[in-house]
Amino acid sequence: MAGHVENISSEKAWGGDGSPFRISYGKQWMWMFLVSDALTFGGLLTAYGFARHQADAWPIGEETFNAMPFLGNGYPLLYVALMTFILIVSSVTMVLAVEAAHRLDKKGVTKWLLLTVVGGAFFVGSQGWEWYHFIHGTHNGITLTSEGWATISDIVYGANNVVTDITLSFGRGVELTGAEALSVYDPNAATMQGANLIENEYVPMVPQYADFFFFITGFHGFHVFSGVVFNLIILINVVRGVYDKRGHYEMVEKVGLYWHFVDLVWVFVFTFFYLV
Amino acid sequence: MERDDLIKNHEYSLLANHDEEHGKEIRKKIWKVTALLTLITVVEVLIGAFIKQYDANGGDNSLWPYVKLGFIILTVIKAAYIVLIFMHLGDERKNFKWVILGPYILFIIYLIFICLTEASYWNAVLGGVNSITP
Repeated sequence: MAGHVENISSEKAWGGDGSPFRISYGKQWMWMFLVSDALTFGGLLTAYGFARHQADAWPIGEETFNAMPFLGNGYPLLYVALMTFILIVSSVTMVLAVEAAHRLDKKGVTKWLLLTVVGGAFFVGSQGWEWYHFIHGTHNGITLTSEGWATISDIVYGANNVVTDITLSFGRGVELTGAEALSVYDPNAATMQGANLIENEYVPMVPQYADFFFFITGFHGFHVFSGVVFNLIILINVVRGVYDKRGHYEMVEKVGLYWHFVDLVWVFVFTFFYLV
Repeated sequence: MERDDLIKNHEYSLLANHDEEHGKEIRKKIWKVTALLTLITVVEVLIGAFIKQYDANGGDNSLWPYVKLGFIILTVIKAAYIVLIFMHLGDERKNFKWVILGPYILFIIYLIFICLTEASYWNAVLGGVNSITP
């Protein structure tokens, strides 16, 4: 036993002579930050899971998010799939930038990092459109009928603004039309259109749904925005040759870690808000 | 006194550099993983768009719980590829890898278990307290 103690030189062990992880401090603490940030998102998504699990009703992803820019409704999940694809591709360009960085290929890093910035900006813009659409809601909103809340898929007005025909959708594929629909419809009943922090037409019984949507996708969107800014700053440094002088492009690797993390969070947001 | 920690730090950063030949291999791997992630996303969207949560009578689709489980498994696979390949955590030392992953996985499984158990209780005993009447 004594021999063991002698073999460890306290000067070496405590003198900062090497990290047990064989990794630089910057990278190590970027990872530590990401773990803490992942706990934040994990907490948010689990809270969402809590609210959803205890509620009796919840909106169906492909019915809530089925619009495309310029094309209107009827494209379930297509837009968000496109957004997801853009973010995955920007993650790929980032990892290619890191690979080029390891070869000290300044031109390659510049090209791939620039594409990453563009992809990130596209994603933030897409999220803006998604929010706009979510807030404004369906064309006619929903109304409270004697059979419960229903989406007004179509409404026809006659003389003196009297409703002559109406198509009511109760979700899950149940639809009423004609005389049957008119008998449950009350023109003076409560209506709702779009979503805000107090109510939302997607699941009127659970107003928290929109709160969770705004908070979680908003928090993620802010992360993406920050990531675009970080990437831009590093891109400027790359172009100026700061890292060439340093002999390594580790800063690219560090913002790369953050950027991949943003993509990682989106993978989970995508599943729990849109798919499941 | 010269700070040897900074010198070491610089060494680790330089160690990450590689030559063109090695880079080719890495790029090949990146494109492979890209194809896989895209494929998984496409499959997810197709399932999401075509398999309904309800049947023709508006009741629950008995298949849906399995589809849900499938989505979660696919998501975890995607996450693993992003963390281990794109973030290179798989290439770090084993002790570092587990310092990052171990506590997180342990804590998140605990949190999910606690929240879902509590939510089931709320729903069963309090009957979905969020339900409001307009």
